[in-house]
Amino acid sequence: MYIIDRRLNPGGKSLANRQRFIRRAKAQIQRAVRQTAGDRDITDLERGGEVSIPADGVREPSFRRSGEGGVHDHILPGNKRFVEGDTVDRPPGGGGGGSAGGDNGEGEDDFRFVLTRDEFLDLFLDDLELPDLAKRRVATVETQGVRRAGYTVTGSPVNLALLRSMRNSLSRRIAMRRPKPAELLRLQEEIALLEEENSSDERLIELRQQLEQLRLRTKRFPYIDPIDLRYRRFEPVSKPVAQAVMFCLMDVSGSMTEHMKDLAKRFYMLLYIFLTRRYKHVEIVFIRHTHEAKEVDEDTFFNSPETGGTVVSSALREMQRIVAERYSPDSWNIYAAQASDGDNSPNDGNTSATLLRDEILPVCQYYAYLEVGSDSDRMQTGFINHKTSLWQTYETLQGQVANLAMRKVNHRREIYPVFRELFRRRDAEAGARVP
Amino acid sequence: MSLVEHDNLLFHGADWDFGTIQRIHDAVEAIGVGELGLDVYPNQIEVITAEQMLDAYASIGMPLFYKHWSFGKRFAMHESSYRQGLMGLAYEIVINSNPCISYIMEENSATMQTLVIAHAAFGHNHFFKNNYLFKEWTDADGILDYLDFAKGYITRCEERYGHAAVERVLDAAHALMSHGIHRYPRKKKPDLRSEERRERERHLHQEQTFNDLWRTVPTKGAAAKPALSDERRRALLELPQENILYFLEKSAPRLQPWQREILRIVRQIAQYFYPQRQTKVMNEGCATYTHYRIMTRLHETGQISDGAFLEFLQSHTNVTRQPEYDDPHYGGINPYALGFGMMQDIERICTKPTDEDREWFPDIAGRGDAMGVLRDVWANYRDESFISQYLSPHLMRQWRMFHLVDDPDQPELKIEAIHDERGYRRLRRSLSRHYDVGWSDPDIQVIDVDLAGDRRLILHHQVLNRALLHKDDAQRVLQMVANLWGYAVVLKEVEPATGAIFQEHVAHPHETFF
Repeated sequence: MYIIDRRLNPGGKSLANRQRFIRRAKAQIQRAVRQTAGDRDITDLERGGEVSIPADGVREPSFRRSGEGGVHDHILPGNKRFVEGDTVDRPPGGGGGGSAGGDNGEGEDDFRFVLTRDEFLDLFLDDLELPDLAKRRVATVETQGVRRAGYTVTGSPVNLALLRSMRNSLSRRIAMRRPKPAELLRLQEEIALLEEENSSDERLIELRQQLEQLRLRTKRFPYIDPIDLRYRRFEPVSKPVAQAVMFCLMDVSGSMTEHMKDLAKRFYMLLYIFLTRRYKHVEIVFIRHTHEAKEVDEDTFFNSPETGGTVVSSALREMQRIVAERYSPDSWNIYAAQASDGDNSPNDGNTSATLLRDEILPVCQYYAYLEVGSDSDRMQTGFINHKTSLWQTYETLQGQVANLAMRKVNHRREIYPVFRELFRRRDAEAGARVP
Repeated sequence: MSLVEHDNLLFHGADWDFGTIQRIHDAVEAIGVGELGLDVYPNQIEVITAEQMLDAYASIGMPLFYKHWSFGKRFAMHESSYRQGLMGLAYEIVINSNPCISYIMEENSATMQTLVIAHAAFGHNHFFKNNYLFKEWTDADGILDYLDFAKGYITRCEERYGHAAVERVLDAAHALMSHGIHRYPRKKKPDLRSEERRERERHLHQEQTFNDLWRTVPTKGAAAKPALSDERRRALLELPQENILYFLEKSAPRLQPWQREILRIVRQIAQYFYPQRQTKVMNEGCATYTHYRIMTRLHETGQISDGAFLEFLQSHTNVTRQPEYDDPHYGGINPYALGFGMMQDIERICTKPTDEDREWFPDIAGRGDAMGVLRDVWANYRDESFISQYLSPHLMRQWRMFHLVDDPDQPELKIEAIHDERGYRRLRRSLSRHYDVGWSDPDIQVIDVDLAGDRRLILHHQVLNRALLHKDDAQRVLQMVANLWGYAVVLKEVEPATGAIFQEHVAHPHETFF
């Protein structure tokens, strides 16, 4: 008999099967994931979780008899009152004693299972892409770093590769037949012994000569030679900047309702999750504005009420200031998302447009403007082409610059589609447009 | 704690280590082989974690298997219900191989490990080694090597032809798995080395005989061949054929060699599991009876403590519980309960027969040597024949069995037979029929095809008791058959007595398959 402990074997033997399964049911799982995302509180998105997909898509069909139709018979235990020939009313669920249901194999229920966090986010953000900004990246989105690149024969003592040097030394000593200390010691001992005994001189002389030769050889081939030395080599590489800053700009004047702020918050959360998937390090700056703008923390940003007029340019100016102070475009990827109900003071339109075009957009990777409306607004949009003042302002810019996107959202369930639309993969977009 | 040195308990408390397992195994072996006369393959006991158990579940309990999404699905399903606490894991999994591999879970207590070793490493093991079906249909020495070959082969196919192409073939083969079985012995068993050689030779031959020139040779119009008679044609194709996978592997005109090989692999594996499907009651009955005897004996000889014995009894009763039909927990007849009940009943008949037993079982009643009779039963029967032979009136009365018929033409359900003098034989006959896979699987056969004509494949489903196929599923599977066959396929559901056709399904192949 053998006992084998398998507990330490690597786990995840089924991983390949799981990947095949997810690939197989990808469309359905993705739909389920998006549905779940809609139901879930948006802050929970980062956790994985249970999804359920229609069992139909991953069904394994086989030739089997259907449950209904045909004569079925059952052998059941636990007879209490029946005698042969009795008749029994058909139970409402069809099938006698419930055993017919078991014959159906897997039911038509939904198939529920748990996705890990990574799988969930992968599917959730699949086919989304940050806007393609390759040109900018070459110019500005790189930084210098060093990485190991083998060994070199020159270098500073700090970079001495001890192990490699010693290995070289050892192989050289073996190759040159440098005498081993033990060998010398043995000779010396033998000589000492012979000297004590005063025995045959020839032997003694011979040994002494031998010893002398070995000593000479030891000296000629040193233990460590400069040619043994190796140093660790480093080479400079340019690394893409793996950090991004996300500016959240929001109008908090009296006209913004809770509903609108909620929409804006959902959008920001999505953007944040998305950026954290792409960049190692993401910072967020919250700027809220009425007729004047202020950088605030998250809580204040979403919750504390404020009154005043609406001057959009104040927020843009604040963002410009912060960028200049803390986030040099050379080393930061800058994203901005602005949420507003579209009000702006009439004389601010031009200022905002110029500021945005000349100062903000050139340093940004992407600038998304999200116009949030109240739930009831949807009624109007159909037939009255109502455009807010801010929308009109930005619309003039849209033709001139590539990295400005604007969308209008009225209901929370539109957030995700709009988000997807904004970050749709480029080739998919191009493909859609070409024909 | 001076008393420790005087007892001969195998273990104290719930903890165990490898020394304990070894001691337990030796003690169980002494009883199982020495007293009960079991004949087993050498054992290999593997300790695994819960996650590994889930892994094993996903691949039908086999330690290695090719990759397919359906295993991932199964894993996700089990994992999800396990994590939510809806499902406990089995205590063990045992594989019909030589050496016989039993998986035991690390979180089991020492008592449970004893139970598991007695149950799996001796009960199931004996059954695998001795039952005629397993001897006939499975090759315990070669199965792991064969699975290794299958896994490697399918991986190579995936590399060469792409995941999607392989997956399509596997999906289709899996759908036909229940109809990929030879029910009667054929000439020889599969054997790993010849399998591999055959595959290699097939490939080599192809490479050697490849000559690009043939492409350029102008062809004459094919000479008209004399038409074969229908009967001769069918005979050449071995029709009618109930093993659909076999038929497709051998005769589908458009399949690539590797696709045939995959069908063959799935078919071989289906065949390997075929005996297990036919011996569920007996196999579990044998294992449960064995562990019960061994555990009781261990307790009698003072090798396990009273506490451990009670722990064992509790889980033993859980396993062999049979709820009555009106119990909300009723989910069909529990094979453990029926198997164990019948084995105990046979023991009773051998040792303390009543007059009724003498009348019903003249050849074994009062023979005394219960183990001898049981060993013989375990070797020579399958569920169907076992029940029709050995279900005793005593047990039917004890279980209060009755036979209920659900005929959709009648307004009410009818009690056809109960546990009385008039009903015993009929009850027994219908119960044994439930365990006949030939009866419970729909009977579908390849009837005819005209290879020289439109190549339309004709399948018949011989309808039993007017129970038709599940329509949606049948259509899907038929589509897969059509994809493999490469031409149209029609499935007719036929009433065997009159030849009347209830229903017809037709499927045309998707061209993308090739």
